[in-house]
Amino acid sequence: MQFSILTDYFGTYMEGFRGTILSSLLALAGSFLLGTLIAVFRISTARGLRWFGTGYVEFIRNIPLLLVVYIFYYGPSAFGLSLDGFTAGTIGLTVYTSAFIAEAIRAGIAAVPKGQTEAARSSGLTYVQAMIHVVLPQAIKLVIPPLGNQFINLIKNSSVLTIVAGLDLMYFADIVNSDTFRTFDTYVFVALFYLVLTLPLSYVMRVWERRLQR
Amino acid sequence: MKKSWKLLSVMMVVALFILAGCGNNGNNAGGSNAAAGEGGLAAIKERGKLQVGVKFDTKLFGLKDPSSGQVEGFDIDISKAIAKHILGDENAIELKEVTSKTRIPMLNNGEIDMVVATMTITEERKKEVDFSDVYFQAGQSLLVKKGSPVKGLADITKDSTVLGSKGSTSVKNIKEKVPGVTVLEFDNYQDAFTALKTGKGDALTTDDSILYGMAAQDPNYEVVGEPFTDEPYGIAVQKGNSEVVKAINDTLAELKSSGEYDKIYEKWIGKAPAK
Amino acid sequence: MDFAGAYSADNLKFLLDGLYVTLIVAFTAIILSFLLGCIIGVVRYAKVPVLSQISFVFVELIRNLPLLLIIFFMRFALPEVGIKLGLMTAAIAALTIFEGAMISEIVRGGLTSVDKGQIEAGRSSGLTGVQTLWHIVLPQGLRRMVPPLVSQFISLLKDTSLAVIISLAELMHNAGIIIGHGYNYTIPTLLLVALIYFTVNYLLSVLSKRLETKNA
Repeated sequence: MQFSILTDYFGTYMEGFRGTILSSLLALAGSFLLGTLIAVFRISTARGLRWFGTGYVEFIRNIPLLLVVYIFYYGPSAFGLSLDGFTAGTIGLTVYTSAFIAEAIRAGIAAVPKGQTEAARSSGLTYVQAMIHVVLPQAIKLVIPPLGNQFINLIKNSSVLTIVAGLDLMYFADIVNSDTFRTFDTYVFVALFYLVLTLPLSYVMRVWERRLQR
Repeated sequence: MKKSWKLLSVMMVVALFILAGCGNNGNNAGGSNAAAGEGGLAAIKERGKLQVGVKFDTKLFGLKDPSSGQVEGFDIDISKAIAKHILGDENAIELKEVTSKTRIPMLNNGEIDMVVATMTITEERKKEVDFSDVYFQAGQSLLVKKGSPVKGLADITKDSTVLGSKGSTSVKNIKEKVPGVTVLEFDNYQDAFTALKTGKGDALTTDDSILYGMAAQDPNYEVVGEPFTDEPYGIAVQKGNSEVVKAINDTLAELKSSGEYDKIYEKWIGKAPAK
Repeated sequence: MDFAGAYSADNLKFLLDGLYVTLIVAFTAIILSFLLGCIIGVVRYAKVPVLSQISFVFVELIRNLPLLLIIFFMRFALPEVGIKLGLMTAAIAALTIFEGAMISEIVRGGLTSVDKGQIEAGRSSGLTGVQTLWHIVLPQGLRRMVPPLVSQFISLLKDTSLAVIISLAELMHNAGIIIGHGYNYTIPTLLLVALIYFTVNYLLSVLSKRLETKNA
């Protein structure tokens, strides 16, 4: 094990580390917003919206993330646009993850007993008020564990950015590797960088889930 | 639960120390297995098949044709000649796909006997592998969309974005020639070329030989400017594998004296090699 | 956009070749990761001393790393320490340990969800621990595991596309080659590949729903 790789290339690793964190955070925020919107579509009373929401979730969940990223990376050029690897990758991650988050939110809302909505409605709240004050606060609690898991997935999945030169941890690791020729050592350090992010999150999620089970 | 987590952290620390310990016992990661006879001449003859790492995505040198499933190119013809020299049969050969990023690991893992894949001989690489004599003389150049304001290296500034392939010498060279230039590196040339076509950069840089192949694939692109580096290609084998290097060099010498080399060169490059 | 060129007979056949590799790799890895997941899941559920702790560490480490890294590592880093895996073996091995770690959590969760009272009832009616696990806990746990297992298998099938990083000639890799060959094949090819993945995965989920309703 050559620890000099870590110290010599620390700046390169950190550049990728920052890229990975930034992409994951942006995609988390984006996919939460998009996912909530899609979830609302899916439980909407308007048939068109419901179909769109269902179609979106079913389609995206059944195709590989890499393909979604390729579509955003190479696709826009047919219309004279161009996104760089980081942007296309982050948008791809957002779109992909939003389908899973939409499902989690929908399940969370569905888990709140219907009687509560009815009670809220009959006590004079509008549908939207009932949602905001009664259903969503309870749903959120159920939704947080799957959201947390999606965040861990996002951090891991952001590694596909390397394939479109998206300046993430894996991308810079490849550059370190082409300098050092020490594949094993180079990527063990990469693994440590990922674990620094994901292990604490994973721990928090487990504790949270246990608390909910109680 | 808590205990398990403590155990996890302890084990990670222990693992780190063990790994650190490995380093003290002399580092030979990526080292050669030639001593064990792997990839040696005897092993090749015993197997009856030459395993060669070639590119599958580089027109003129090694390109897989979707319609026939065959890999074709200059590197392939050279590989066949080596197979004929060593085993007496040019078809006693197994081609495996390598990229600039994966060819040295695959060679040192003993998965392939040699790399014939547009590989420039460099001092750095000589520390990892042994090279044959030069079998092709290339030079780094630029590929751009026709009508691009980039006409040569002089037009590449620190505000330009240049595309290249991970693990190639070209990306290092361009960073040295134009300090501060943005370089985007892809896993293979196919992806880099698709990126150029979809407007991800001002130019694609690598050896002119490879770039001419891309320009032949898509006439909307052209190679501009004079080559600005020397890229002598060599065939790489595991370190210490001098028998195989000799067999390769003998083959190359035979090809050159018989005129066969010129034929292969003309077949793919479209002109006679410079003397 | 050149749909006719991108969808030439040769290109379609080339994509089908890729799909074949994808399916072989996915199918093998599904079976192996299910076995691995069951073993680890049961070990963790039964709290087998030492093994359970080792499994926990293994699962936590693997689950928290990107699969892309694991695939690359299996293929190009392990040989440096003497473990050499071929192209397909490396892909299958990486998918197996990664998805196996995920599946072990599903299995453990499914088993844990079985009512404790039933286990006690089983034990007090004279069954051994293993018998209770086999006859009472597993049948009920398995039923609850089916939906998450199926989505995990679909993930696995999608994840085979990450093997492009080691140049495995699966569907995504072959799509890349076709895109590179043609002059305007990018979007038609990506659309077709999306449709292929979607169809295969959708069939998989429909099939499993059939199975579920039949068994229920």
